[in-house]
Formats: sequence, structure tokens, C-alpha cells
Amino acid sequence: MALDRISLTDFRNHAATELGATARFNLLVGDNGAGKTNVLEALSLLAPGRGLRRAALSDIARAGSERGFGVGASLAQNDDEPVRLATYSESAHPNRRRVRINGADSSAARLGEWIAVTWLTPAMDGLFTGPAGDRRRYMDRLALALDPAHASHAARYEAALRERNRLLSDLREPESGWLDAIEAQMVQHGTALMQGRARLVETLAVRLAEMPAEPFARPALSYVPAAPDHADGLSQALFDNRRRDRAAQRTLEGPHRDELDVVHAAKRVPAAHSSTGEQKAMLVAMTLAHAGLAAQGRASLLLLDEVAAHLDPVRRAALFEQLRGSGAQVWMTGTELAPFSAIAGEAAVWRVSAGAVERD
Amino acid sequence: MASQEIETLAAALARLPGLGPRSARRAVLWLVKRRESALPALLEALATVGEALVECDTCGNVDTTNPCGICRDPRRDLKSLCVVEDVADLWALDRAKLFTGKYHVLGGKLSALDGVRPEDLNIAQLLARVEAGGVDEVVLAMNATLEGQTTAHYLAERLEEFPLRITQLAHGLPVGGELDYLDEGTLAQALRARRPLV
Repeated sequence: MALDRISLTDFRNHAATELGATARFNLLVGDNGAGKTNVLEALSLLAPGRGLRRAALSDIARAGSERGFGVGASLAQNDDEPVRLATYSESAHPNRRRVRINGADSSAARLGEWIAVTWLTPAMDGLFTGPAGDRRRYMDRLALALDPAHASHAARYEAALRERNRLLSDLREPESGWLDAIEAQMVQHGTALMQGRARLVETLAVRLAEMPAEPFARPALSYVPAAPDHADGLSQALFDNRRRDRAAQRTLEGPHRDELDVVHAAKRVPAAHSSTGEQKAMLVAMTLAHAGLAAQGRASLLLLDEVAAHLDPVRRAALFEQLRGSGAQVWMTGTELAPFSAIAGEAAVWRVSAGAVERD
Repeated sequence: MASQEIETLAAALARLPGLGPRSARRAVLWLVKRRESALPALLEALATVGEALVECDTCGNVDTTNPCGICRDPRRDLKSLCVVEDVADLWALDRAKLFTGKYHVLGGKLSALDGVRPEDLNIAQLLARVEAGGVDEVVLAMNATLEGQTTAHYLAERLEEFPLRITQLAHGLPVGGELDYLDEGTLAQALRARRPLV
């Protein structure tokens, strides 16, 4: 099950781009700014969500375009007609995402019934060294694959947290009954959030343990909850911390302070202290593990932006080997074809330049 | 281009919920065409409501009498009281004609961010009604939003001291809904709130 007959219409710098006769491995090669990542972004919008750039829809339509953007692709089925997936916007409603499945109006959520898309982009390179909030958002994005309700727990917990912080920073002494009511919401959604994160990390860790430790820098993941992960404990902690939190004017303990701990398994060194290449290799391993997790019988699409160039030849060979075994259709970008020489023979290659593609 | 007067009317109508500049202009044209038949009736209805509209001192409903029609209705059950956020919620519930008790309109929901505090809502009046006696059950019919649920929780705690049953509207499977089409959050809630059938 893979995508074919892909079309991009007025999508960023692509006026009308067609990619046909796709393969298991698909390579987009071209200079910086040619429009390679735009193709990956277009593919990422064939799944629910905001795509790999998390861009506003109105920013996606090509500058000067009279209409909105459009992306379409056929998803091959084992022994049936392919399914046609399409998403587009209209110039009258540039922020509304429209979806058509087999020619009938549908919703972005329904795309998720057909396809799971996982990606790794250079924007994620600082995941281990950057702020903990990035890692929490990363966990929450991945946790959606196991539990679609995870996002609503995260949003509701955040909303309740904002309410509590606002109340605590009020000049007037906060009313305890009001805090009780807000904390009850934080407990309900916060425990669900923590359980979702714990389940995700546990499941990912199992998949990662199945991978060889070398030459890939296999990461060991652990979820570090910043508060008791059961209702009574979290409720008590919030209650006990009221005075301290009021002095700080914010909530000091809770799942909004959770951490995802990543360690280079073989070297026992924190990922943040590993070399750039090792960090990239660990990210690749986590992305592969998640892609396997997310597929759940659906077609799986793996988008790897500028990944191969950052790996040494041994790790690159290991990556290709893992990708062959993943069952996913893989889309990779690079400025040169050389790093892909090991798979060039079995790959479909496009040269991308100024928003146009040409089959190599 | 229409005259200033017509533009003023269109601008006033455009602010109505569910309308907008385009629909408002269409409504104005419709009224202009029916200046003889529909306009006088509308003017009279607006004038009557404008003069007589009052907020019920007892429950917070909006009506042309005070106390409102619901509060004065002798067939209504005094023992059960349904608390809602806004008048629109009261009307929605009462359209269904299922609840036979009386209502209490809070006039909003608790929100620290929007600066809506307990004293900004009709909570003291609610407690006074309950304290006056005769109420066996308070139904908290808040919206299933975070702020609505926070408000329900807050009220439940304030009402705890009184000898009454505090209930909440059920959350979950809508009537006629198919499981297959529900989002997981709603499904999970429906499963949590399951109950014995026999």
C-alpha cells in the first residue's frame, strides 16, 4: 500500500507538480529552496493534523494563486481499486481545510483511517538539547497514534492549568472552592495525559529494544512524570502546593513539567551530550519505531527530510536496511544523490528545481 | 448605494448572531419589499418586547413578566431545580418540554482568564433559593466545556451542605448516534458513564 499519482497544485512554490510511478523508496534531490520539503509537507497533509511545518493553511497556497492549494494522491490497495485522497483549500476560505476521499467530501480525521504519516525534519534536530516543552509536545504528538483522545486531554489540562495560574496570581486571595473545581479538571485530564505518555514511551521502548544496538545509536527512553500519576496523588499534590504556587504565581508541579529522558543505550550517555550525528541517529531510530507503532495495519508513509546527509556511511546503510524492513513507503530529500547510492537502484528519483520536478 | 438610513438598519441587523453584513442586507431588502405587510408587525413586536422585557428576579430568565412565566407556572415541580449557564440554555432545555421543575440561570460560567468570578454569577441567589427549602434535587446542566465543568464542580461543592441530590446531565453517546462515527473522547466518556441495563 503506497501513494502514487501525486499532484500538487499551487502548493507553495509548486504551481502544478505531478509525481507518478512512485516506488518503495522515493528521493527528491535538489538545491536548497528548490521545493523538496514542500513536497513532503504536501504528503504530510494527506493525514489528519497540520502537516510537518504546522503552518497556517492560508500560508500554503502559492503566492499569486487565484485559488487555494490542492494535493491529491492515489493510495494503492492490495487487490482492489486505489483510493483517491485529496486535500485542498478555497480562496474564499483560505483557512478551511477541505478533504475529498474517492471524490466525496470528507474530513481530515477520516484520512487517518487510510494512512499514517510519520516524519523527521531538521527542525527536530534540537529535540534533546532544547527546552523540555519540545519533548513534551513530541511525546503528545506521538501518543496520538495510540490514543486519539490524547490531544483533547492535553488541551483541557493546559486550559485548566492556565485558569489555576491566573487565579493564583490574582491580587485577591483565591477562593479555595474555585481552586478545588479547577484542580478536579486538572486531575481528570492530567492523569489521562500522564497515562497516555507513559503508555507511549513504554510501547516505543519495547519497539526500540527490538532494534540492534549498533551501528545505530539505539536510544533508551524513559518517561519522567513531574507529579504523581494517579488521581489521589495528583489531587493531593496540587492541594498541598497551593501556598507555594501562589508565592510563585504559577503551578510548580504537574504533568506540564514532565520530561522525556533519552539516553544513548550502549554508551549510557544522555542524548543531549551525544554527538550531533548520534543524536540524529537516535531521532531516526525513534521515528522508525513510531512509524511501526502508528501504522496499525494502515498504509504507512515515512518522510525523512535531509536525514541521510547527516549520517556516516555505516549508519546510512543501517538506516536503509531498517527502512527496507519497515513496510513503509519512504520519501527522502537531499541536495545530492551520492548519499543514496546504495538504494538509488531501487528508488524513484526526482530532480527538484524552482518548484518543478523532473524524473531522473 | 443605499441611503444612510438603510445602511444604519443593515449595520444594526448585521450584529445579530447568525447574521452578517450580507444576510443583513438581504433581510433589509426583504423588509423593504414587505413594507405594508411584514414591517408593521415586526415594529410592533420589537416595541412591545423592548418595553416589557425584564429579567426574572427569581431565576434570571428573560421574559415580559417578573417573575417569569416559568416561575409563575403552578404546574411546575418546586422540588427540582435545574441550573444553566445562560438563558439560551434554559430555552433549549425548555423547548424539549421534558424538565418539569424550575430553572436557575447563572449568567455565565467561572473563568479566571476572562475575569468571571463566583460573585459575578447568580450563585448567592441560587444558594438562597435552596436554603429557603423545598428543593430536593439540583440538576447541574452546564456545558461539557472545561469552564462549564469547572463551574459544575464548584457549585456541587457549594451545595454539598444542603440535604439534596446533586445531579449532572449525562455525557456520552448522543441519541441516534452511531458508535462508528463518534470521536474517541466521547466514546471513552460514554463507556465510563455506562450503567446497568436490567
